[in-house]
Amino acid sequence: MNNSQQAPRTDAGTPCAKRAANGASHGKTAVFPAEHALVTDGGGRIAPLAIAYETFGELNADRSNAILLCHALTGDQYAAGVHPVTGKPGWWEVMVGPGKPFDTDKYFIICSNVVGGCMGTTGPSSINPATGKPYGLDFPVVTIRDMVRAQAMLVDHLGVETLFCVAGGSMGGMQVLQWAASYPERVFAAMPIATAAKHSAQNIGFNEVGRQAVMADPDWRAGRYLEQSVRPEKGLAVARMSAHITYLSEAALQRKFGRKLQDRSAPTFSFDADFQVENYLRYQGLAFVERFDANSYLFVTRACDYFDLAADYGGSLARAFKDTKTRFCVVSFDSDWLYPTSDSRAIVHALNASGASVSFVEIESDKGHDAFLLHEPMFFATTRGFLESAAAARGLKTRA
Amino acid sequence: MTTAQSPRLDHLLIADMVDPGARVLDVGCGDGALLQLLAEKKKVDGRGVELSQRGVNECVAKGLSVIQGDADADLADYPDDGFDYVILSQTLQATRRPREALRNMLRIGRRAIVSFPNFGYWRVRAQLVLRGRMPVTGNLSYSWHDTPNIHLCTIRDFVELVDDLGAHIERGVALDHAGAPIRVNAPWWIWNLLGEQAVFLLARDAPAAPRSS
Repeated sequence: MNNSQQAPRTDAGTPCAKRAANGASHGKTAVFPAEHALVTDGGGRIAPLAIAYETFGELNADRSNAILLCHALTGDQYAAGVHPVTGKPGWWEVMVGPGKPFDTDKYFIICSNVVGGCMGTTGPSSINPATGKPYGLDFPVVTIRDMVRAQAMLVDHLGVETLFCVAGGSMGGMQVLQWAASYPERVFAAMPIATAAKHSAQNIGFNEVGRQAVMADPDWRAGRYLEQSVRPEKGLAVARMSAHITYLSEAALQRKFGRKLQDRSAPTFSFDADFQVENYLRYQGLAFVERFDANSYLFVTRACDYFDLAADYGGSLARAFKDTKTRFCVVSFDSDWLYPTSDSRAIVHALNASGASVSFVEIESDKGHDAFLLHEPMFFATTRGFLESAAAARGLKTRA
Repeated sequence: MTTAQSPRLDHLLIADMVDPGARVLDVGCGDGALLQLLAEKKKVDGRGVELSQRGVNECVAKGLSVIQGDADADLADYPDDGFDYVILSQTLQATRRPREALRNMLRIGRRAIVSFPNFGYWRVRAQLVLRGRMPVTGNLSYSWHDTPNIHLCTIRDFVELVDDLGAHIERGVALDHAGAPIRVNAPWWIWNLLGEQAVFLLARDAPAAPRSS
């Protein structure tokens, strides 16, 4: 399967962005023509820029109930509903929907694919207008701040001035922090979840392993694989396998697999997937390459590595949130060793130092980093309580 | 926003000591009852720190800004003068380093409010002296082997620590078994004997603020 996207269509003569598509259940795309190019932190220029997004629920009359959900590394705009590629539920189906913490009966939920992604937003698999071929590595290296700039363009396009809440986990949480720092007056409440204000050496190290796996695949072709009708599936699958381990905890792996064998009663004295955990990881790798572009994987992991919010504010994270009026709820999970609680505490300390209104909960779970995507009732209760109190503080009128 | 049950006496006393609209940090805020009371009665800008996940969740669900943490580990990270009042309600005796906790409170807030069970209370003394048993009272309801209260003190001990820290007491109230305040002009030894719990409003000695190293 080839995930490469159509070239984003500019609507010549259209002064502002325009929905290029408005498909039945999915496929909303805003296209920003050349005069609204995204100029990246690295000095690149992305034009035209297509942003693929989904919305859930309805915007109220005074446009005050919009929540932006920011997806994680390999997520996309399909936070809820059925994913059109995989046929599986959206990545935050447990959290988004009628009566759920992100209640679509009350809130208007926006979720867009990040710039550099591969689900319809312009990324390395999009056509470079300068060459007529896929960008590949000619795509500008983007940052978390570039992703947030693009989201702000979309939010403008949707006619929303202030977001009631920006929420997301992992790389999505980095975007939440960047939103709060870059556009404090546009963010009433913020939920950075299972995230960090900067990538640690360990985080960068794991990402580099993944990138090297992709680039070591002979089918990567120096990033020009789409033109040669091949895909570095093996390399990307290995990247996913190693990354997937970091999303779980030792306890969760042990509980789920232990040393159990896969459909056999004894080791085969071969390099077959004798162990269930091997089989599971191989499956995760294969399933991933069906829906994700290898170059996009390089770009989004790079964006995370470059993230260091304090560095943009003279090394002081507190300065990033100076005089903020945004209400924060920071959430970590105690078995998450990829973005451990200490990372969240650093954010909380900075927010305290800047006098911000902040709540912080460490949720007990043995599910590791992925816990934020799974059924965690305490996490749901926290989210619900935070949103409801923020809604009351804002005097939010829901359409109900 | 309303409090579910009638407020605790020590909470009402604390609320009485807080100026309206103040910035308040409640350390060991439990389920947030005091913060709610302060928000209602004094319209404070309140924040909380609570160790238990359940407590934090209850607080967040009530719309309070509360972080998970404790007086020993997390106060050091707060900046100087961030709050008008830092409150430690019935928690001092459970801290590992009460002296450090108090010092940090007086650094973070211009004033500190501390309430604690008085180990000099006559019933406590009587249990130890007459029965030869570690005291178990309504206020100190744990057995010696499972109590979180590792640094109990008497009113006299506390006053000495305040002196030692170079702070001074702006107001102090001791409550007897019935929850009634003891006469203001009663001598310290009466407070120390008849007070089952005490609430103190402390201030740094002006003008120079004590700083932690």
